Amino acid sequence: MKIIVNGKEQYIEKEINITDLLVKNNVDTPDMVSVQLNGEFVRRENFQNTIAKENDEIDFLYFMGGGK
Amino acid sequence: MVLNDEQIERFSRHIILKEVGVKGQIKIIQSKILIIGAGGLGAPIALYLAAAGVGMIGLVDGDTVDLSNLQRQVIHFTPDINKPKVISAKEKIELINPDAKVITYKERIYASNIMDIIRDYDFIIDGTDNFPAKFLINDACVMAGKPFSHGGILRFDGQAMTYVPGSTCYRCVFQSPPPKNAVPSCSQAGVLGAIAGMLGTIQAVEALKFIIGKGTLLTNRLLTFNAFNMEFRTVPLHKNDKCPICGSNSSIVKLEDYEQPSCDLHSKESKV
Repeated sequence: MKIIVNGKEQYIEKEINITDLLVKNNVDTPDMVSVQLNGEFVRRENFQNTIAKENDEIDFLYFMGGGK
Repeated sequence: MVLNDEQIERFSRHIILKEVGVKGQIKIIQSKILIIGAGGLGAPIALYLAAAGVGMIGLVDGDTVDLSNLQRQVIHFTPDINKPKVISAKEKIELINPDAKVITYKERIYASNIMDIIRDYDFIIDGTDNFPAKFLINDACVMAGKPFSHGGILRFDGQAMTYVPGSTCYRCVFQSPPPKNAVPSCSQAGVLGAIAGMLGTIQAVEALKFIIGKGTLLTNRLLTFNAFNMEFRTVPLHKNDKCPICGSNSSIVKLEDYEQPSCDLHSKESKV
C-alpha cells in the first residue's frame, strides 16, 4: 500500500505504526522529530498506537537548533 | 516622511519594484527589527537588513568573535577576533548604511530580560543556536503578540517558519525542547557555512515582507531544505489546539529558562 512520507510516495506491505515507520525511515530516535499525520500533530507518547494507513500523508519535522 | 535624493538613488532597485515602491521603502526605513544572535544566521540577516535601509536594528549576542566563527558568520572579519559580536556587527552595519540606528545588547536572553528587549521592535528574528533560546523567543513573542521568524540549520539542512499573532507557533510544531544530546548542535555536527547564508537571507526576506505588508509569509508553513541534494519543501502546518502556549488550554503562563545544553565541544563559546 502507498503512503506519502515527507512528500514522497512510499510503499509498505501493511499498516504500520509511527514508531516502526520512523525506524523504517532511519530516524534513529523519535526525540529528533515532530510528526504530522494528515496535517495533525501526533503526540510522541502516541507514536506506538498511531497507525499509518493507505494514502496517509506523514511528515517528519526535524528539530534544527543551529544558527550561529 | 519624504525620501531625499540620496535615498532615492540608494534604494532605487527596491523603489522600482511595484510591490515595494516609495511607500514600502519608507516603511522599511521606519521599521525596527531585532536580531537575536549575531552569528551564522544573524550575520547575513544584519547585512541585508542594513542594506535594505531598516531604520533601527537591534542586535542581541553575549559572545565575542572566535576564529571558528569566520567560516560562516560573514559580518565578522579576521581582525574582529575577540571583539564582542554585537560591536563587530554594528560597525559593519554602519558602514553599509550610516543612517541605520543600531542598538546592541551584549547579553544572552533569559526569561527575565527578553520581554524588555523585544518590546520596542516590530519584528523579531531568531538567529540563535540552541533550543532553550528558540523556545524562549517563541513563548515571549506569543505572549507579547510580536511577529517573529524562526530559523534552524544543521549540516546541510535548514528550516524556517514565520509567526504572526494567531498563526501556528513554534511550540505547536515542537512542543518542548528535545532531551539534551538527542539532537546535535552545529558545533557537534557541523554546518556548511553557506547554509547559514541561505537560511538567513530567507529570514531577512520574511522580515521585509512583513514590514511592507506584501507577499505571502511562511506562516502556517514550515520551509525545509536539504542543500546537499538541493531540495526545498514547504510543509503545511495547522495550529495545534493542544499547544502549551497558544492552544485553548495553555499551560504556560509565565516564561521560564530551560537548562542550556552543556554538551558542546566548543564550550568557551557561550550561547545566546
